[in-house]
Amino acid sequence: MTDQGIQSYLEEMEGNIYDFRDEEKDSYRVDEGLTEEIVCRISEEKHDPDWMREFRLKSLEIFRKIPVPAWGPSIDGLDIDNIVTYVRPGTDMKASWEDVPEEIRTTFDKLGIPKAEHEYLAGVGAQYDSELVYHNVKDFVAKQGVVYTDMESALTGEYADMVHEHFMKLVPPTDHKFAALHGAVWSGGSFVYVPKGVKVDIPLQSYFRLNAKGAGQFEHTLIIVDEGADLHFIEGCSAPKWNVANLHAGCVELFVRKGARLRYSTIENWSKNMYNLNTKRALVEEGARMEWVSGSFGSHVSYLYPTTILRGAHSDCEYTGITFAGKGQNLDTGCRMVHLGESSSSLVTTKSLSKDGGINTFRSAVEVRNSAKNARSSVDCSSLMLDSISRSDTIPEMDIRTKDCDIGHEAKIGRISDETVFYLMSRGIPEEEARAMIVAGFADPVSKELPLEYAAEMNNLIRLEMEGSIG
Amino acid sequence: MKMADELLRIEDLTANVGGVQILDHLHLEIGAGQTHVLMGPNGAGKSTLGNVIMGNPAYEQTGGKILFDGEDLTGLSTDKRARAGIFMSFQNPTEVAGISLESFIRNAIRQRTGKNVKRLSFARQLKEQMELLGMDESYAERDLNVGFSGGEKKKAEILQLLMLQPKFAILDETDSGLDVDAVRTVSNGIEQFHKNSSGALLIITHNAEILRSLQVDRTHILVRGKIVKDGGPELVEEIQEKGFERYLEEQA
Repeated sequence: MTDQGIQSYLEEMEGNIYDFRDEEKDSYRVDEGLTEEIVCRISEEKHDPDWMREFRLKSLEIFRKIPVPAWGPSIDGLDIDNIVTYVRPGTDMKASWEDVPEEIRTTFDKLGIPKAEHEYLAGVGAQYDSELVYHNVKDFVAKQGVVYTDMESALTGEYADMVHEHFMKLVPPTDHKFAALHGAVWSGGSFVYVPKGVKVDIPLQSYFRLNAKGAGQFEHTLIIVDEGADLHFIEGCSAPKWNVANLHAGCVELFVRKGARLRYSTIENWSKNMYNLNTKRALVEEGARMEWVSGSFGSHVSYLYPTTILRGAHSDCEYTGITFAGKGQNLDTGCRMVHLGESSSSLVTTKSLSKDGGINTFRSAVEVRNSAKNARSSVDCSSLMLDSISRSDTIPEMDIRTKDCDIGHEAKIGRISDETVFYLMSRGIPEEEARAMIVAGFADPVSKELPLEYAAEMNNLIRLEMEGSIG
Repeated sequence: MKMADELLRIEDLTANVGGVQILDHLHLEIGAGQTHVLMGPNGAGKSTLGNVIMGNPAYEQTGGKILFDGEDLTGLSTDKRARAGIFMSFQNPTEVAGISLESFIRNAIRQRTGKNVKRLSFARQLKEQMELLGMDESYAERDLNVGFSGGEKKKAEILQLLMLQPKFAILDETDSGLDVDAVRTVSNGIEQFHKNSSGALLIITHNAEILRSLQVDRTHILVRGKIVKDGGPELVEEIQEKGFERYLEEQA
């Protein structure tokens, strides 16, 4: 990301720069709330194939039957009757930034996306409200046979059958209320297919921007990495702050075939009025490897627990995540590992920081089924509270059905030790900087995993967040 | 005793830890470039003195003055004292994850001098000093003190001393828990510091071994928060042979 991009990301944490709003010049938006009529209108707008329209209506029925979750942070502030589920920006999808309308292009410029694309990405998809406004893949990647398109094109294109076969199979609408909602009103997102044995050397990125007030974003990401292939996919999200609730209920489905590797990195920086109720799931086959890197900084309330199903023998997953909860934020995050395959292994390292009354809850679930002989799992979560009004909870869950496995869990919750601050200060480092160093050091195992540009961004962010935190 | 410009002057110092008085109207003067030894029984207040000079907020200075280079340190934060040229080697330095020893030292030098550190000369100097201390090069890249053995932690403290070149260093039982060879190595490091930057030293120790390659100017005996005896290097020998008993009785 560019310097400018870094800057913008950081200052959002201070509650401003990401917080620019564009005038809403959408060409079409549905009414607020959720009815059959609205779902049919969305389906029509999007020229869905028949099966998809039926799928949407079925999901709506399920949505009505499932209650809201009775656990986790309150989502009372979210009223679906006030959420606009579909907002079409005043443009169709372009393959050149120059063709994207100026206000929207300026938004992505400010976010540093075109420059990042130019410098280090193999392909970019940029979604604005409910639809992609830009999509492009570099030639050399396309020549390898890699498919990276918006979901709508994928539904009717060459890979339509493949999409039909996989769409919401990992995360069925019956999974929970917001998965059902997603099934009914989903729009936008990306489809990626990496053919057998193809290694994509540089990352693909999708960026999701929600501009419209009181709207929801429900993008669907479906990635299939075929046998022996290799991909790194980066997802970024942001929105300006409105004084009414916005909702993000995206869905990510990842299929990692035999011997393949997928790294999925997310930097989520939604504005502080966002309800982030996102669902992510990966299915990992024999000898394949799934890597999650997740940075959650934004949103008012988050429910986010990427799930990995280690189906194949010797399949492997590594989850690395950091969550930063500041004032008014209640972030409920974690992950779930389901071991089915023999000798499957999972490694979870998470860090959480809370400040200014922010609340962090880490939930992990490790399930080892009887079939997963010789499975290994290690969960390590540490939390740092930067003041006495913030809060951090850890809720680990383990369900182990075989004796032949090796399971470890470690949790640490702490504050910055005065002794350590004194030690650093005794070498001439001012207190504020000493504290920032300790926090950056705490986050280091995660920042090391982020793409370089984001790691620099995160460290600067921590520095900024720590400024003025003394006395 | 050779003549030296006054560097540190402590006048009538009293200090509390957790509301309990530890230092009791203490006086001490150290000249520029001098090597002083501070000895005393356990609980006499030796570490407290080091911490109070360094400005540790966990220790409360309740009276008296500490003058460094003619300036009163009262109310000055620890980092400012460090930037003025005071250093303390910790008995048991804390582990700091995510910051490498090398980048920590580089950052500290930058804070001290206000200038960016020249990469190449810094790397060369660091390598030299690590060799002198018999530290494996790999320690430079390792997180500060994390998983270091007791001996490596002490060496890392002396490495910081050598790299930061303060005007005055307090070495708080840098020899405790070290084997004979390690004590010698550390002692060589201290000698090197003294030679290179002619910095003054206040060495808190129970053990004459660490002083072997050093020329001691003055020795002080601290009992119950007071300096009860000043002397030359011969005082170290005396304590090694006879212990503190005599001074404890005098106090009682």
